[in-house]
Amino acid sequence: MKKAKGYGRMVTDVVCPFCGTLCDDLEVVVEDNKIKNVRHACRIGSSKFLAMNELKRPNRPMIRKDGSFEEVDMAAAIEECGRILSRSKRPLLYGWSSTGCEAHFVGIELAEELGGVIDSTSSVCHGPSVIAIQDVGYPSATLGDVKNRADLIIYWGANPMHAHPRHLSRYSVFPRGYFRERGQQDRELIVVDVRKTDTAKLANRFVQVRYGEDFELLSALRLVINGKELEADEVAGVSKEDILELADRMKTCQYGTLFFGMGLTQSYGTHRNIDAGISLVRDLNHHTKFSIVAMRGHYNVTGIGEVLTWQTGYPFAVDFSRGYPRYNPGETTANDVLQREEADAALIIASDPVAHFPKKAVEHLARIPMITIGPHMIPTAQLSEVFIPSSISGIEEASTAYRMDTVPLKLRKVIEPPEGIYSDVEILEMILENVRERRVRQMEREKKAGEGR
Amino acid sequence: MGMILKNGIVFDPMNNVKGEKKDILIENGVIVDKLNERTARVVDVSNKVVMPGGVEIHSHMAGGKVNSGRALRPEDHRGFVMPKTDITRSGSGFSTPTTFMTGYLYSKMGYTTGMTAALPPLMGRHTHEELKDIPMMDKGALTLLGNNWFVMRYLKEGDIEKCAAYVSWLLNAVKGYAVKIVNPGGSEAWGWGKNCRSIDDPVPHFDITPQEIIKGMVEVNERLCLPHSVHLHPNNLGRLGNFETTLQTMKIPNGTKAAGDRQVLQVTHTQFHSYGGDSWKTFESKADAIADVINKSDDIIIDTGFVTLDETTTMTADGPMEFYLSGLTRLKWVNRNIELETSPGITPFVFSKKMPTASIQWAIGLELALLIEDPWKVLLTTDHPNGGPFIRYPRIIAWLMSEKYREKTISEVHKAVNKRSVVPTLDREYDLNEIAVITRAGQAKSLGLDHIKGHLGPGAHADIAVYDIDPANLNPNNYAEIEEKFANTAYTIKDGEIVVKDGEIVKVVDGRTLFVNAKVDPGIEKDVIKDIEYNFKRFYSINLANYPVRKEYLTRPMEIRT
Repeated sequence: MKKAKGYGRMVTDVVCPFCGTLCDDLEVVVEDNKIKNVRHACRIGSSKFLAMNELKRPNRPMIRKDGSFEEVDMAAAIEECGRILSRSKRPLLYGWSSTGCEAHFVGIELAEELGGVIDSTSSVCHGPSVIAIQDVGYPSATLGDVKNRADLIIYWGANPMHAHPRHLSRYSVFPRGYFRERGQQDRELIVVDVRKTDTAKLANRFVQVRYGEDFELLSALRLVINGKELEADEVAGVSKEDILELADRMKTCQYGTLFFGMGLTQSYGTHRNIDAGISLVRDLNHHTKFSIVAMRGHYNVTGIGEVLTWQTGYPFAVDFSRGYPRYNPGETTANDVLQREEADAALIIASDPVAHFPKKAVEHLARIPMITIGPHMIPTAQLSEVFIPSSISGIEEASTAYRMDTVPLKLRKVIEPPEGIYSDVEILEMILENVRERRVRQMEREKKAGEGR
Repeated sequence: MGMILKNGIVFDPMNNVKGEKKDILIENGVIVDKLNERTARVVDVSNKVVMPGGVEIHSHMAGGKVNSGRALRPEDHRGFVMPKTDITRSGSGFSTPTTFMTGYLYSKMGYTTGMTAALPPLMGRHTHEELKDIPMMDKGALTLLGNNWFVMRYLKEGDIEKCAAYVSWLLNAVKGYAVKIVNPGGSEAWGWGKNCRSIDDPVPHFDITPQEIIKGMVEVNERLCLPHSVHLHPNNLGRLGNFETTLQTMKIPNGTKAAGDRQVLQVTHTQFHSYGGDSWKTFESKADAIADVINKSDDIIIDTGFVTLDETTTMTADGPMEFYLSGLTRLKWVNRNIELETSPGITPFVFSKKMPTASIQWAIGLELALLIEDPWKVLLTTDHPNGGPFIRYPRIIAWLMSEKYREKTISEVHKAVNKRSVVPTLDREYDLNEIAVITRAGQAKSLGLDHIKGHLGPGAHADIAVYDIDPANLNPNNYAEIEEKFANTAYTIKDGEIVVKDGEIVKVVDGRTLFVNAKVDPGIEKDVIKDIEYNFKRFYSINLANYPVRKEYLTRPMEIRT
């Protein structure tokens, strides 16, 4: 921590809690517990820090009474959470991507205690990537490896200029690396997308794939790379000539990396697209060195996947209803549990499903008692029975997060949270304790009833 | 309050106690020689085997690579689950069990200390987060350094002192316990899709050979007086005819003096490095050649890396090897190149009894253990989960103790074992004292932890395993019983508390995290830190300040100073 005269204090090496790029070189100037300036961050990242000064955040928990929210104290809110969750037979605990791993630990323990379903935003994001990885594997690399070695960068169905603004400058296209001393001049950038995005405008080569036909193009490339004759004149709107050239470029580079985004995971074909992409990279490894990296969105969506995996064995959509972890995407995923109208209560944290889920799932969320934990009064909070405002992890709390390439980083605390606001970890711990106390009381009651008989 | 383990039959090889009826006295978590017997709790272990708690020296039980293996294989988790109880957490996984479950399963077998086999420094925080979630055991991490750019550069310049200062800085930064080398140079070459296929194959762009890396790191290790020796996974793992590379590798530290009362080199999972033949049809065991060298050497020990004939998930920081293996099986393949440090890979594998190679691999592990005369030179591992999951240790113990059991298995596996291995001709049977050496005492000595672990003398941590075996009535032909008894202790005691009773977890405790802090010359350290600062900024993708793992990630941190 440096001191700058007239500027309050400066916190260095701050990790940005916004996207999966997890830039860790931010410098934040703080005065009187207010963030004055943010250096090195992109526009999205710095606005997350600076918005802290302007946003009016709710500072007390709320419970819905007769249709409208009423402010209550923390103890009453926790009591209500405990009541809702303990009564529930199949609670859904969803979100987790924009909070630290320390909150995940408590969240998973709570899900286990309740015998509920816990799922993360991967479910509607890179879930298909996980399913594809479980089919064919994942030849990957850390972003520093890409920076040091890669001479060919491909973004497929991803637009980092908008979604991960510093990705190109920190890791892939622009930085100088050990074997790429001249930075961008030593590398080629290829963008495959359905439209000419701002990332595509920077590319040495832009390949426009017809919407929904990524799988066909990936398969055509595999065909050529594996030495077979391509019989069609064009595939997915790309000419045979271009495909041959692209395949040749991929085969002859020294080290290539394929970054893929939601354009591939959530378009027609979903996990089959990723399967084809991974298989393409695997094939390429017989000719040169190639790796593939998923462009994970939320800053700690990778983290919830890692924590769930080491504690339960599965990366998302974990069902504890039998006392041990079960995983069956399509059955235990959040949307399926909601759309089948199975969930009878929900705890939503660090995400906003009401704003993003399909109508049918949201309708069910509106019917069941819902608890929302998060710093802002988001649409999901407005449909909830209980809303507990929390501090912002990575700015107001130190925590741990995993970058898109699974590099773990310690997020720093830059300022104190507003008075009376608890962290996600503290809130979840209080709920867990309340639920456990209720279970003990319940067992005592049953025991007494048994004795009386 | 103290505790007395009364009338047990004690096997404590480090103190030369070989099956004597003896009481063990415990107070404040350590073993003592005197105790107020009136207030002490007496636990009757009459006619039961009492051994020091088991020590795991090489198991991929925590970290990024293990976790990728878990995520990769839901099929490994579905059939093998542990429900939650009032005191234990739930879990799943056969070859890659989840963290809590890992702790419980080890504890049920009487293990109380364990080293996770490969910590890539950049991922150190992840490994420690997982170790934090492994209860019941003291734990530490072998730290990957054989393909590290700083290390290769210092060694190429011949600057052992700077290299030592770097290693010391790194171990402390990531809270590692020992130096692990995996496919030296080869994993860096894998950054370009290449490999180092002999100890003299130069590493692309780094102008150094695997031989120079090993030699240099052995010197560095001894200069720093680290508790453990260099822990080496040689080049060419799993390749046909690789025993020659292994023999050459074992000559490298020739004459280097150990800084402590231990070996200068531990060649790890040697089963995977003892292959002869030039095609899969001529694939054969060369365990005899390896055992011969070990028998004559005072400086080198091995751990076995047994193959247990199961379906498993192979994972190693030897990236090119995993790619090669997945090419043979056409099964799914994960790779994780880690900047400046290493390149792990993962692929599932089925060691089927019907396969000639798998059957011979099974034989090689046993041959190593049966042909090496001194049990202190052979440590029991499966390179979990590579040769098989650690829960198979009791079965391996049964194979070692019972010739009859080996005969039965030989009749079930591919008949190639009769021609291309010598295991059918071996009639040695391990006794309980030798088992105690290869599962705990030998490990503790190799790790330089023999002052606190692996024995039952005063001052040792009160980590104890009690097995319901009566040595007087032990019949090696009852191999099923041996396996069953070693799988479920009568008591496991951790730091003086009973944590397992009759094969059930009765108390969940957190173990210590062991890490080393090696002293180096402050002047050189300063130079090296300057160098690290300069190069870190240019080549890593995170800031130096965000690299070190702080103690808050460790459970009960225990610093070992040199």
